[in-house]
Amino acid sequence: MSILVDDDTRVVVQGITGGEGKFHTGQMEEYGTNVVAGAVPGKGGQEVDGIPVYDTVDEAVREENADASVIFVPPAFAADAIFEALDTDLDLAVAITEGIPTQDMAKVNKRLSEVDTRLIGPNCPGIITPGEAKLGILPGNIFADGNVGLVSRSGTLTYQVVDNLTSRGIGQTTAIGIGGDPIIGTDFVDALSLFEEDDETDAVVMCGEIGGEDEEEAAAFIDEQMDTPVAGFIAGRTAPPGKRMGHAGAIVSGSGTGTAESKINALNDAGVPVGDTPEEVADAIESFL
Amino acid sequence: MKLHEYQAKDIFADAGIPIPESQLATNVDEAVSAAESIGYPVAIKAQVHVGGRGKAGGIKIASDEEEARQYADDVLGMDLKGYTVEQVLVEAGVDFTNELYVGVTMDRGEGKPVAMVSTEGGVNIEEVAEENPDAIAREHIDPAFGLHPYQARKTVYDAGVDQSVARGVSSILTTLYDLYEERDASDIEINPVMITSDGDVVAADAVMNIDDDALFRQPDLAEMEEETYEDELEKKAGEYGFDYVRLDGNVGIIGNGAGLVMTTLDLVDYYGGKPANFLDIGGGAKAERVTNALDMVFSDENVDAVVFNIFGGITRGDEVAKGINEALESFDEIPKKVVVRLAGTNAEEGMEILNTDLVEVEETLEDAVQRAVENAQEASQ
Repeated sequence: MSILVDDDTRVVVQGITGGEGKFHTGQMEEYGTNVVAGAVPGKGGQEVDGIPVYDTVDEAVREENADASVIFVPPAFAADAIFEALDTDLDLAVAITEGIPTQDMAKVNKRLSEVDTRLIGPNCPGIITPGEAKLGILPGNIFADGNVGLVSRSGTLTYQVVDNLTSRGIGQTTAIGIGGDPIIGTDFVDALSLFEEDDETDAVVMCGEIGGEDEEEAAAFIDEQMDTPVAGFIAGRTAPPGKRMGHAGAIVSGSGTGTAESKINALNDAGVPVGDTPEEVADAIESFL
Repeated sequence: MKLHEYQAKDIFADAGIPIPESQLATNVDEAVSAAESIGYPVAIKAQVHVGGRGKAGGIKIASDEEEARQYADDVLGMDLKGYTVEQVLVEAGVDFTNELYVGVTMDRGEGKPVAMVSTEGGVNIEEVAEENPDAIAREHIDPAFGLHPYQARKTVYDAGVDQSVARGVSSILTTLYDLYEERDASDIEINPVMITSDGDVVAADAVMNIDDDALFRQPDLAEMEEETYEDELEKKAGEYGFDYVRLDGNVGIIGNGAGLVMTTLDLVDYYGGKPANFLDIGGGAKAERVTNALDMVFSDENVDAVVFNIFGGITRGDEVAKGINEALESFDEIPKKVVVRLAGTNAEEGMEILNTDLVEVEETLEDAVQRAVENAQEASQ
């Protein structure tokens, strides 16, 4: 049915009193997500639309049995908020915040290796199990319950590909936006291995983009360890070398690695069809089912 | 953001890294008097944000006043890869026996900073990395602890640096890492560190790039930022606060989210068109931002047709539609055909608001891109 989140997931929202935090808490609840608490330093004792707010994540976890966190905290304080989430016994933390300094994320990355909590993001749209729960900012109405997993570095590209799937009646088990930053928590290989272990997921879409070598590593993993079929899409084929295309990570060094071509070749070599258009990705998935 | 060599060197010198005596000059007379006071030979070095200055003629060695005057005149005002040289650093020439490379950057694959030392300094280090990666000694750094002194020594020994200067180079590397961390650098490099004929080490160049996302806690560095743009349109994009890259095609592209905008570019190419730009209006854009985006692409004289691709999540379709109407209603005659594709949050409301007398509407991304490519082909004939 899903990986990582479902309608039993008890969510604490870090930054629930901020504009983004408040708005998307409402959206998440409307979708059916079980938001049990907020955590904002200095705002303990308040309520946001009937949801109790605590000063610390630790308190929210103890009082409300929260097991997942969504982080809507401004970039200057976001790394600290992630550390706070990682120092509780939450199963999952989802960091939506964009623009966290890279060296902060290197420190977070170090801490991640020492704890059991899984991090998704930062700079990501979040995670959704259609019909059950969404943790983040994804537009719930385009998703449908089904048997295809999706993992993507880009938010809006996720929506595009999901739309191509849903419009032809193909639903999703879970969709995860892992974020486009240079240093992220859950990566392609992590997400793919979760989908591989999930009995309900019969095929997986993987949307990558230029920059870094995560897609190449994912290709090696798919080749060696996956039975579930995967179809891919890589954004940025026409991006000129050396230019930063929006995402911090979406820059081609010009030295041959991290290009769309090298990623597409690696995926093709692993038996993964890579669509020239999102529609072709949906075609490939349809052929797997 | 990038710092100029002279700015990075000031920071290095304050931290105790040895640098040659130098002065900044903005005209020929200043450069000559700087050279006279420093003493010949001097290097006259263009201060612009481009790599490979030496090869491109932006660094010259003057051995007397006549040469100093000539070279300062040559370099000041020259065009270096699209940037005009407005200031030069006049620096004491160093009598050296060897050149090393020392640097710290982020290894995104490992998620850790990495310290690097090579005895093949003074050349294009990217080429060395490509052709002979073993010539660069690397040591990953635990960001929670920083660079331990033993790691700095190990990197220097691994690189094969001569024993007589190993202590000095280790000390430079340790200081570089401290600066990297304190100043939120994304890259910090010295290429070359020169070993002088007296056996001293000196930083003959300095590269320091700062993580834009961390400028909020580096206010003094943020003040050094210079707005340098390759053209007027990129300058305008900077003022509007857009992620924008100008390309050489004729199909103007506006969208939300880097991944989707890149995909739109790729599809324009796939359907036989050529993208004129990458323009990401970002998340949650309001009507005014949409109007500014259309102003951007209409200002590009190479653009023959425009495709507007929005998949709302945080961004709302009705806000986007309002912006498109407002922008287009201000024209007596709309300068280029605009194709709109709206999906996601409030897309239906947006479609009701959208003035379809002014734009063409397509339901799918593929159809919208194909239509825009056809429009561009017609307009350019």
